[in-house]
Amino acid sequence: MTGKAHRMRDILRSLAMLAAFATPAFAAEVHPPTQVTAGASFSMPSSGTGQGTLYLIGPANLSKRQVTLGGDIPVEGDEVEHAGRYTAILCTDQCVASTFYVHANSADRLSLLVHPSRVPVSDPNAISAVAFVWDAYHNLVLSPVNVKFTVNPTEHASLSEGRTTSNGIAWIGLTSAAKSGPANLEASIGNLSEVRVVQQVASDACNLRIHGSSSARKIMVETDPVRDCSGNFVPDGTVVSFTLTDAAGKTTVDVPIKKGVAKVEIPAVGRARITAASGVVTGNELDMTGGGE
Amino acid sequence: MRRLTAIIIFAATLGLVALAWVNSGGMARERMQSAQTPEEAVRLLLTEAQSHNFDAAYARLQNRAEVDKSAFIRDFYGSNGSLLTYASLESFDVWGLHANDREATLRAKLHYSTAVGPLDDFRDLKAERDENSWKVVWPTTRAPKLAPQVIPVNYLRWDVINRGAEDDWGVQNVDSPQVRIISMNAIQRADSIVVLGEIVNEDTVPAYVTVGATLLGQNQTELAQESSFDKISHTLLPKQVSPYRIDFPGMRLEKIKSVRMDAKAMLVPASADPIIEVNKQRVETDALGKKILVGELANQSGQIVNIPHVIAAFYDANGKVIWVSDGYVDQELLPQIPVTFAVDLPDDVAAKVQSYHVVVNHYDRQSS
Repeated sequence: MTGKAHRMRDILRSLAMLAAFATPAFAAEVHPPTQVTAGASFSMPSSGTGQGTLYLIGPANLSKRQVTLGGDIPVEGDEVEHAGRYTAILCTDQCVASTFYVHANSADRLSLLVHPSRVPVSDPNAISAVAFVWDAYHNLVLSPVNVKFTVNPTEHASLSEGRTTSNGIAWIGLTSAAKSGPANLEASIGNLSEVRVVQQVASDACNLRIHGSSSARKIMVETDPVRDCSGNFVPDGTVVSFTLTDAAGKTTVDVPIKKGVAKVEIPAVGRARITAASGVVTGNELDMTGGGE
Repeated sequence: MRRLTAIIIFAATLGLVALAWVNSGGMARERMQSAQTPEEAVRLLLTEAQSHNFDAAYARLQNRAEVDKSAFIRDFYGSNGSLLTYASLESFDVWGLHANDREATLRAKLHYSTAVGPLDDFRDLKAERDENSWKVVWPTTRAPKLAPQVIPVNYLRWDVINRGAEDDWGVQNVDSPQVRIISMNAIQRADSIVVLGEIVNEDTVPAYVTVGATLLGQNQTELAQESSFDKISHTLLPKQVSPYRIDFPGMRLEKIKSVRMDAKAMLVPASADPIIEVNKQRVETDALGKKILVGELANQSGQIVNIPHVIAAFYDANGKVIWVSDGYVDQELLPQIPVTFAVDLPDDVAAKVQSYHVVVNHYDRQSS
């Protein structure tokens, strides 16, 4: 713990003891409002005469100043920017403490967490979106607020659904679309909005098929356009493993899909059997003759 | 007294110089200045090569007219950033295979110390009698060269833009890739437990993967923890499968209750290039009587692959991974020029092997 923290703790302990052993009947008092809005200036009526010292202790700040008793003591908005429980201690000969609560101001910004950033198509409840509502001073707005979640797919009309925040948080579960592509997921409150992009990607290859042709000493093998079971093209770069077995042994080559297909030239002599696989998905077998036979 | 001290220092210096000379193979060189046997001829040549005295080594060749000196040096210490360029010849053994009065065939085992560990290179050499001494006939394997041409490379590349430090809270990063261990097998070898299997990148982006294993004893106590280190292809493109192998030296399977596997994946920039074809794969018995998986690597891109690393998974009749073997290739992969490789296969495993899957990892100067 740092020296500054130690000093702060000592001050707080002293103030608490002062407040605990004070005799309120003869002391000046301060009467703060029970609820204050974060960042808003207000005043606290006080009793007594002469000068006193006001300590204002909040969740993240501590201030001390001389005040004139018997009138309203102004408190600036920047002294109460953090929501939470505050203690106002007014000291003359003795000290008197009063507490009040500062609540978050109106919603001013949104944080939107969307998971995952990539999701296979047609995956039920695969996308979760969580919106956090904050005021201008980074306080979580705990009072219920209606958040509108909107999904903007590239090829369909937008879909919207409202959710009311609970303790400053609203969330929604979504099923990914059957069509691959990016989807914009927006959370909004009035004019406030935050957007995230979820990439909906094709699932595993479905019905992987290869065809080939042979030339002198080589066999050209190519896949049909590789799609998933929903008809989406598997993304370019996805690896298709070709395996050719002939009299010389086995040949394997991992080829990434480019423009929807994967193709390769493999040296072969005589009869050859060719297979293809992408991840755990296997395709058809092809029997061909290489080497110009 | 002063004179005695000077004499002692002079004698000690002479002794140290003599010791250094002996250690650097000077005595062997002196003894074999004129090789009287084929074995001496090969030993002398290798000793000169070991001490980087290539002029002397080259002078020992019988067929100097046919051997290019720079190619001769490349044979020992590689080129184009290959593994041999990061190696030193630590020691060698030479033994005869066949000999008569005029010529002899010998086998040399060159033991290199490399950046990735020890490397043994076996070479069969011929020696011929030249008047009163023996000289080595260096193999003249003329490396094929590719005709000047342009090789278009337009394979995919993935770049990653991560969340910035100044971004607000809630601005999420792109997710790590989804990877899955598709098989795992723990087996007992003579002096270790070996955990092996395969892992697949199920995602649509490249992944840098590491596989770890923890051996758990009774009451789930952790007995040992290891990772696959270099016995895995770390960078996996979408839907690519890599074997992995994790060794636990000195452990016994009877003491293990279970194994906890841990696959970690990280999103990394990657390129689909180069594509390396693995041709003519077959299981053979080598000259030493050991089972090996041999084949040829062909680099289909236009870039040089500096250090190829072959990892092979071997399956039994049920498709279960029963062994994973790996080996570094000491030659670089020039575009479209096939290079042979061989990885070991234990004899007891070889009898059960029904099929195998080879992947090629590569370390390139440009990407590292």
